[in-house]
Amino acid sequence: MAEQLTLPEKPKSKLTLVKRIFIFIIIALIYIWTFTSIEIRWDNIFSERTLANIDRIIPKFFQPAVEETGSIMEKMFETLFIAYTGSLAAAIIAIPLAFLCASNMVRNKFLNNIGMWILGAVRAFPEIVLAIIFVAAVGPNPFAGVLAIAIGSTGMLGKLYSEVIESIDMNVIEALEASGANKLQILFYGIFPQVLPEFMSYAIYRFEIDVRASSVLGIVGAGGIGTLITFAYMNRNWEEVGMILLVIIITVTIIDQISGFIRKRLV
Amino acid sequence: MSKESSFVPKGLYPFKTKLIITISLIVVFGFYLLSSIKTESFIVHFFVKLPNVFGLVGDFFPPDWSYVNQVWPKLFETIHIAIIATTIAVIISIPFSLLTANNVTTNSWIYQGMRLILNIIRTIPDIILAVVFVGLFGIGAFSGIIALIIFAVGILVKLMSEVIETIDMNPTEAIRASGGNGLQTISFAIVPQVLPQFISFSLYVFEINIRASLVLGLVGAGGIGQLLNTQINFMNYPAVSTIIIIVFAVVVVIDIISGKLREGLV
Repeated sequence: MAEQLTLPEKPKSKLTLVKRIFIFIIIALIYIWTFTSIEIRWDNIFSERTLANIDRIIPKFFQPAVEETGSIMEKMFETLFIAYTGSLAAAIIAIPLAFLCASNMVRNKFLNNIGMWILGAVRAFPEIVLAIIFVAAVGPNPFAGVLAIAIGSTGMLGKLYSEVIESIDMNVIEALEASGANKLQILFYGIFPQVLPEFMSYAIYRFEIDVRASSVLGIVGAGGIGTLITFAYMNRNWEEVGMILLVIIITVTIIDQISGFIRKRLV
Repeated sequence: MSKESSFVPKGLYPFKTKLIITISLIVVFGFYLLSSIKTESFIVHFFVKLPNVFGLVGDFFPPDWSYVNQVWPKLFETIHIAIIATTIAVIISIPFSLLTANNVTTNSWIYQGMRLILNIIRTIPDIILAVVFVGLFGIGAFSGIIALIIFAVGILVKLMSEVIETIDMNPTEAIRASGGNGLQTISFAIVPQVLPQFISFSLYVFEINIRASLVLGLVGAGGIGQLLNTQINFMNYPAVSTIIIIVFAVVVVIDIISGKLREGLV
């Protein structure tokens, strides 16, 4: 008998093929729907006016209004203060919520899920929508921005914190329990030393994000440099927009560098 | 020996650690106090203004459901903006992420230059991009799309280049050794290793873009934000709460779908 060498047949399942075709059709449909229903007025975009705008506006960005630096810096500091107050408040509010969500701390599936739902719901609101709500509630001042940042950051920090708590070494806690420590002692000597560096690292990371977020909150009246953006934009004062942009870029870069340095030292 | 055995520790942590922790706590809370004073925002004020908040809840509820029909077209526009922007951003960021990965681009000038440009792009908030493009191209979805593309490219290239930097370089070497050219190396050694993460990140950026495009309309860049802006200016709070509830629902649904898809991928 002549031995015939054949390669084993490639495992091909009909199901995956059908699945792939199905996914492909869905994606194709989504794109068809998108491109047929989006309204872009091309004649408006590629017009003389756009070219004139580009000619007029772009050069102005490269000659920023340096004389405005004082007032812009003042608003930028307000932005930083808003971000700082908001993220510190969030860093503290998130801790109890994180413990509620962590399944190794609260051994109750129902409570865990409630915590998760609260955090998930908070995360689903864009900061600016929160800012709109708080501006309506407490008036157009930096405090509205602080509240928006605090609530918005709690969602993300709570989730990250609870993941940190769930990954801690439970043996330490068992040892403490076995030697007769009470709940508070377990918290201070068993849990906090394990989670605090990472908590702080995440809080600082969130502060970075909050600096960016709070720089736009002013657009809806919640204080900070965004207020200036709105004014400059409405007056078509592009030199000032350019200067604001420059200040934001420099400040955010500096904050990122500092926070990156601190976070490297922490973990 | 006897001296050592009679030694009783004063505390669990050494004096230096305690000092550092105390000083940093003082600095953190001192700065907090300073920023609270500067922004006139003490958490106590929130409780003082609680009646306001409850009054506002009364304004916001019940939501005006008859307004829903006006919301749909703008909502779909928002989703379309996010889809188009994400798609184009993904296509653009593939070559750029190859240029920003230090194991593919060995020329350190290009690599450092690209990183610098991307770092600058990432510091610009999306709404400011939208402001600039609305100024250039006029009010409408197009400005929003361009703003979101640039915003998304900044994020995607960083994420993707990090993935490319961590791949196994042996397959690349093997293909080079058997005579593959640059393009073949990329398509047979790099792409199969990074594709699942690329798709996962694209979905993640799509989620971010949905959120971003919801608010771009506040500065006139198309989408549901425009409606939100008008209704706030008219103080039509029931309609505002309808929009906010719909936004919330859409974000949740898209997050869930994209989360499930990403779980399946990686």
